[in-house]
Amino acid sequence: MTVSTTTLVAAVLVLGVGTFAFRYAGPALRERMTLPPRAEQLLGVSTIVLLAALVATATMLDGREFDSIARPAGVVVGAVLAWRRAPFVVVVLAAAGTAAVLRLLGVP
Amino acid sequence: MRSIYRTLRADRALARDIALVCVADGVVGLSFGAITVGEGLPVWLPMLLSVVVFAGAAQFMFVGLVASGGNPVAAVLAGLLVNLRHVVFGFTVGDVVGRGWQRAAGSHVMVDESVAFALAQPDGERRRAAYWGCGVAVFVCWNLGVLAGAFLGTAVSDPAALGLDAAFPAVLLALVLPALRDRTTALAAAVGAAIALATAPFLQAGLPVLLALAGVVVALARARSASRPEEVAA
Repeated sequence: MTVSTTTLVAAVLVLGVGTFAFRYAGPALRERMTLPPRAEQLLGVSTIVLLAALVATATMLDGREFDSIARPAGVVVGAVLAWRRAPFVVVVLAAAGTAAVLRLLGVP
Repeated sequence: MRSIYRTLRADRALARDIALVCVADGVVGLSFGAITVGEGLPVWLPMLLSVVVFAGAAQFMFVGLVASGGNPVAAVLAGLLVNLRHVVFGFTVGDVVGRGWQRAAGSHVMVDESVAFALAQPDGERRRAAYWGCGVAVFVCWNLGVLAGAFLGTAVSDPAALGLDAAFPAVLLALVLPALRDRTTALAAAVGAAIALATAPFLQAGLPVLLALAGVVVALARARSASRPEEVAA
């Protein structure tokens, strides 16, 4: 490893402070302004869209590559169960279980 | 804080769901610690990252870049880009984060899971309990997992063999699904997810998810035109 300990610690701290600033900004700024109901609703939709995009990319990709069949298959099983209002525990365990079993069978 | 504890004691199902997510995240933390040390990086690095940054995707990104000989500045910028979405999260869940020192602690436990759990709750009290309960519990489990993984080494776990890489998206999906029963939100989410998937092979991690916000604009335009049918017909 070529990076010095000091550099590495500094990098982690800068990443930590920056991430904290991102997290703190919303709660702190919210207090200083009253948002119209329309804007509140928009923010709610934006957060759902961000989470949905995370679901899509985390399901289909590893980094920049479409790499797996077992993982999307597991998530689809979970999605069907969730849509049919199965309990959360069942959804998550079925998704993980499906992916695990498929991998055991040699599916990538 | 006592009311959060009371709410979670009363709502056993919510507490159980949070516990399940904590276990899954703990195992992923275990592998994060093991992988980082396995790459030849110092044993304190995964632990420091997990306490100070506490954001799984950004931590994996940072470690991956540093381990492959990347510039630490580039690793920091890449991690920040992945974490930029928290600005939007913060505006949405700001009401449950609290004030003063609580706001500092509450902001730090803002992760995908705690935000998604909060949004899935029907009322304000449970929203607050879900956010804090999930955030604090995941913080503890994630850090314990990373600590154990860093010392036990690579032999301990492969999250993919357990299907845990499918568990994370399934968790978020199950939690956002109630909101997707609203058609405008569902359209925004579908367009956003499509944009993220289409751009992900070409862009720096973090950007595709941010670009998904364009889905909100598309859905809004549609909702507006749908509410004025005479213009659609024209």
